[in-house]
Amino acid sequence: MRRVLIALAGLAVVGAGIGLALTRAVPLPASAFDGITGDPARGALVFTAAGCASCHTAPKSEDKTVLSGGQRFGSDFGTFIAPNISPHPQAGIGAWTLPEFASAVTRGVSPEGAHYYPAFPYTSYANMTETDVADLWAHIQTLPADATPSAEHEVGFPFNIRRSLGGWKLLYHQPGWVMEVGDDPVLMRGRYLVEALAHCAECHTPRDALGGLDRSRWMAGAPNPSGSGRIPALTPDALSWSAGDISYYLETGFTPDYDSAGGHMVAVINNFAKLPKSDRDAVAAYVKALPTP
Amino acid sequence: MKRVFATALIAAVACGGVASAQDYSGHLKARQGQFRVLAINLGILGGMAKGEMAYDAAAAQAAADSIVAVSMINQGPLWPEGSDEMGVDGTRAKTTIWEDNADFLAKWSDLGAAAKEMQAAAGTGQAAIGPMMGRVGGTCKACHDAHRAPQS
Repeated sequence: MRRVLIALAGLAVVGAGIGLALTRAVPLPASAFDGITGDPARGALVFTAAGCASCHTAPKSEDKTVLSGGQRFGSDFGTFIAPNISPHPQAGIGAWTLPEFASAVTRGVSPEGAHYYPAFPYTSYANMTETDVADLWAHIQTLPADATPSAEHEVGFPFNIRRSLGGWKLLYHQPGWVMEVGDDPVLMRGRYLVEALAHCAECHTPRDALGGLDRSRWMAGAPNPSGSGRIPALTPDALSWSAGDISYYLETGFTPDYDSAGGHMVAVINNFAKLPKSDRDAVAAYVKALPTP
Repeated sequence: MKRVFATALIAAVACGGVASAQDYSGHLKARQGQFRVLAINLGILGGMAKGEMAYDAAAAQAAADSIVAVSMINQGPLWPEGSDEMGVDGTRAKTTIWEDNADFLAKWSDLGAAAKEMQAAAGTGQAAIGPMMGRVGGTCKACHDAHRAPQS
């Protein structure tokens, strides 16, 4: 009996060790971006397509360059408050290095080695190209520094144990594309915008009980995480708009019957309106290629 | 049996109480009707901007004039307090319209300003309409973002 207990205790220690190893936050190596210098002008387009300002500006702020944080995002797990990501060295991320920034954006790992909550859509950004990450970092450094301190998330037990996010990431942080598009350059660009930068699926795809995206119902619509109503499905069984309609909606906010967008989609459209028409057309092509779930 | 009747009576009174609450159906029709008029005329201009419809200066001008006309309707009487999504069915009007009425009315007058720019541009040529659609659409979105509840 005693031997069994010792064996069990030994197994528990090994198990816990494996668990800790698996749930560790793994940043990119410091040398990851050696020799790469970002282009801030290109980074401005990445910044717009990735929608950084939509969440990281102060609530109701008109100035989309001051990333002082403070917007609140309700969820089943608690309320997440967007942090200050302006280049302020203390309040923001001004003291970070490019590999630290890339670890945050593509791996959800902070410079201190903690996991970020996936309210920050790093599971989408994981598919960003190195060049885009470097350009984005170069652009963010040109924006005004703001001294507003970041607020703590309002998340209760057990979701306040950040280590548990390591387990969540094992399940859901899977870089790689969801939809096969072949080698058509328009569809590939559309997929890059939809699945990586613009992180459309974060709202348009339903989540399972643990808050991970249900990839089997990709873009099939979902309850609005922060309140009433539903985020509409984009799949062909639900959306009959033409590619031209979709592109025009992303430019002006007008639906084919000239109703207009509302809610968070307004911020999305305000960003897409600033991108080249070819990008809006590429997103439309991707949406039209979605399979029926 | 008596108790059943009493319960039914209470239920009837309770339901009646709700039903006899202010009837806003006329206000809702008026509100939604004016947005329909906007949408139909924006559809004419948008169709020309997109090239789905041949450009016709007179038709474009008439559509823009109609949008300006709607934007001049005084909104106050159409939005009585209590005619929000919580109080009545068939509307997505958020209570913020009354909580921050100044903002709501400012956003309506932003539409008016954009509509006048469209009015000045619409008759001058097809190429002038596109940017103005973005301008007018921006004022629609701004108000819907703040004051219209999402589709349920």
